[in-house]
Amino acid sequence: MGEDSIDLPQGTLDLLILKTLAQGSRHGWAISERIHQISSSVLRIQQGSLYPALHRLERRGWIKAEWGASENNRRAKYYALTRSGRKQLEIEESAWRKLTVAVAQVLEKA
Amino acid sequence: MLRDLAFRLRALLRRGAVERELDDELAFHLDRQIDKHMAEGLSHAEATRRARLDLGGVNRVKEECRDARGVTLVEDLVQDLRYGARVLRRSPGFTAVALLTLALGIGANTALFSVIDGVLLDPLPYPEPDRLVTVHQSKPNFATGSIPYPNFRDWQKESRTLSAMAIHRSYGYSLTGRAPCGGPAGRRSSPALGGSCGGTAEQVSALLVSSSLFPILGVEPVIGRGFARDEDEVGAPPIALIGAGLWQRRYGGSPDVLGRNIVLDGRGYTVVGVMPASFDLLLDGRPRDVYVPIGQWDNNLLLDRGAGLGIHGVGKLAPGVSVAQAQADMDRVAAHLAAVYPEKNRGTGARLFPFERAVVGGVRSTLLVLFGAVGLVLLIACVNVANLQLARATGRAREIAIRMALGASRGRIVRQLLTESMLLALAGGALGLVVAGWGTPSALALLPGELPRAGEISIDATVLLFALGVSLASGLLFGLVPALKATEPNLHASLKDGGRTMSGSRHRVQNLLIVVQVAMVLVLLVGAGLMVRTLSRLWSVDPGIEPAGVMAFGIAFAPSMAEASPAAGRAHLRRVEARLKAIPGIEQVSPTTGALPLQGDDEQLFWLDGQPRPATSEGMSWALWYVVGPEYREAMGIPLLAGRFLGPEDGERGALAVVVDDVFARQFFGAADPVGKVLHLDGYDRPAHVVGVVGHVVQWGLDSDETQSLRAQLYFSVMQLPDDRMARLTGIEMVVRTGESQPVPFDTVRAALQQMDPDQVAFDPRTMDEVIARSLAGRRFSMLVFVTFAALALLLASVGIYGVIAHAVGQRTAEIGVRVALGARRNDVLRLVLGQGLKTALAGVAIGLAAALALTRLMAHLLHGVSATDPLTFAAVAVGLTGVALLASYLPARRATRIEPMVALRHE
Repeated sequence: MGEDSIDLPQGTLDLLILKTLAQGSRHGWAISERIHQISSSVLRIQQGSLYPALHRLERRGWIKAEWGASENNRRAKYYALTRSGRKQLEIEESAWRKLTVAVAQVLEKA
Repeated sequence: MLRDLAFRLRALLRRGAVERELDDELAFHLDRQIDKHMAEGLSHAEATRRARLDLGGVNRVKEECRDARGVTLVEDLVQDLRYGARVLRRSPGFTAVALLTLALGIGANTALFSVIDGVLLDPLPYPEPDRLVTVHQSKPNFATGSIPYPNFRDWQKESRTLSAMAIHRSYGYSLTGRAPCGGPAGRRSSPALGGSCGGTAEQVSALLVSSSLFPILGVEPVIGRGFARDEDEVGAPPIALIGAGLWQRRYGGSPDVLGRNIVLDGRGYTVVGVMPASFDLLLDGRPRDVYVPIGQWDNNLLLDRGAGLGIHGVGKLAPGVSVAQAQADMDRVAAHLAAVYPEKNRGTGARLFPFERAVVGGVRSTLLVLFGAVGLVLLIACVNVANLQLARATGRAREIAIRMALGASRGRIVRQLLTESMLLALAGGALGLVVAGWGTPSALALLPGELPRAGEISIDATVLLFALGVSLASGLLFGLVPALKATEPNLHASLKDGGRTMSGSRHRVQNLLIVVQVAMVLVLLVGAGLMVRTLSRLWSVDPGIEPAGVMAFGIAFAPSMAEASPAAGRAHLRRVEARLKAIPGIEQVSPTTGALPLQGDDEQLFWLDGQPRPATSEGMSWALWYVVGPEYREAMGIPLLAGRFLGPEDGERGALAVVVDDVFARQFFGAADPVGKVLHLDGYDRPAHVVGVVGHVVQWGLDSDETQSLRAQLYFSVMQLPDDRMARLTGIEMVVRTGESQPVPFDTVRAALQQMDPDQVAFDPRTMDEVIARSLAGRRFSMLVFVTFAALALLLASVGIYGVIAHAVGQRTAEIGVRVALGARRNDVLRLVLGQGLKTALAGVAIGLAAALALTRLMAHLLHGVSATDPLTFAAVAVGLTGVALLASYLPARRATRIEPMVALRHE
């Protein structure tokens, strides 16, 4: 974990999880690794907060869970996007883009 | 939404499996993380440590996952309950007052509901109670007269709409003869006589019945058999059923009572069965000792179609027949009989009433009025608790604002506050059950024998359900408004002013609640006031006698007297009088038969001298008929208005003498002097001379005597009864006046009479004071309940007004301080605060008066001599309640006048 990594802003973890799962189903550890890798270790995800988020998303019906065999042949819980999860991802993605664009504009021009 | 629910449900219901899955999931994660760290070259131990650090506390993660899974709906509730309990514990004063208020409100409601449930709602303990009717013979002006036995037999034969009909007649027997000692026998006998179980004479209550009675009611003997079809015929062999009470008392509950001989009024009867303890024909709490077929009645009037012998009937409607249809059918039957036997049956009819009406008839409306009153008490209690909560919410505004700022939704906090209210309501309800469990029996004890089906009142499942429902409804009622008010989105303001001042709208709500409360209290107070006025009116009705020191009781002569000649009977009566008179302390003694004021009525037909003898009884007049001894007038304390009372000279050999009351005199002689007038008594072959006039005595009840059509009274000497009546006397009532200083114990009287003959029984002693009190017991009970409710309501409302005004003063300390600093005088402050209380109270009084005008009409049947809109009561209550409200506001107002401006301002 890099020393200059930053904490994840509130509410963005769900978005990241959904995005990660858009490429296919993964288990919890793989999700955390994937986010870590892609963000070039800049985003520091408290691994402990990942699982409550997964359970919350599952309850909302945006992801579904299934037990399957892992790459080293162990039983693992795999999460995958549902159709409403995909829709939710689109909504959150566009909201995020609008927000960042707006914030960036303010930062540049103010 | 559905998926969400399914998910939560699985999380909740399959908790174990879900937990195991979570464990597995986290274990897998840790293993992978450990593998990763080991791949980076760490030792296994170090890799494990690092993996755990990366994850954070496993337990914390699990806890958060549980939250995320959303078992929260239930878990929130548990959490809210815990939190609520903590909050309530933290403010013990508020909690105690609220709990007490609710316990009283819910308790009173539960108590009254248990009465209504037992008396009105539970079906009668007979199969198909809807098909049961009571049957009477109606006479002009009187719907529920007794049925002559021959008419009953004809009705039974000719009715097409009643599947069965039966009759019953109350009776008292003198039970004598040896009884085996089984159990606690002879309990009723005098200890002075040793209380041996054999041979002790006692008076037993009996019912003469037709064979059809028990089958109609679906009641069977617990052992033995009932009466067969023909066993109620005149001349059938003498048999009897005994009640469970007598069975236990005299035979120790032994089954070999069957086939035994019991001696009733000197005649032997074979016991064929025992009736269940629960059997109580009219459910009036007076189960009988003995049941005898009516054909055994040794009364030569039994077969007389014109005799009114106190026989009443029960019928069962044929399937599918309504009471109205059966009534129409019976009208036809009665009309036919009137045509066949005109001299005895003209003007009579058969009347049917639903059985339930006969049992609980008059009580229903009373209970419903009381239930309405107690409902108001609960509403007042709820308003009080709501106001307390509102006042407290001001203090909690900061807590709530912070929780909302931290992201709790309004719904979540309303739910939390409501949970707290429900907790309070349920605890109050539980306490209320205790109040009801204790209060109902003690209240009913004030009402001996006046409430039908009183034995069936208990706290059963229905009552518990009612208490639960009422508690929950109360919780919602007093919790919702404060919860909504407390969470009104004025977050910013609350945080800013530190939760010390009250928002105007909340204050308005509090005042509105007080207005409602005052209005409800006023309605209750007016109701109670009207009842009190009714009772005081009744107590001041002159009964026409001086009841203090007067005792009445019954004597059953020894069975051997049945064979005595009329002369011997008269001699015995004189000996009894003399024996009683010899008891120290007894001043006057009089036998009495026939009517007895407030206890039993008897009538005599007569016609005035100078009229030809009317052909039928229809041409004669009725008078209340008192057959007494020479000392009766003095014993009862009846004033003599003219002439003389009956004396010893009016004996069996003298001319027939009668004394009339002033009502009789006015009605039949007008302004003429009654003394010396002559009447002809139906059934007597000699004319009777009026020898004196006495004051009218209330016969029918202090509340109804004046409205009765039959009020004229005739006194007649018991010694002048015709020989055949004299020979039939198996006993007599006695009235004695004792010195006012020391009452004579009844045991002394009983012992004296038993000394004359061991088989002679004295029973049922009662003082005239008791008789009068009992005649008003029902009204008195309603009044007491009403007054208790009203007092409770007044107390609650006073506390409520005081609380709200005191709170308002506390909130306005600063404002008042500023006013004082600006030169307001103490009186101005006093006026300001009192004015606020007065305004609220007056609004409540005005609304309450309007409501009371509309509502007290519902209780008109409970009133006597007072109009339901009695202006005096209304005015007195309005003024009194306003005064109480002012007083309740005065205390805080006085505190307001002591506010020092500097202190007040610093306080802010």
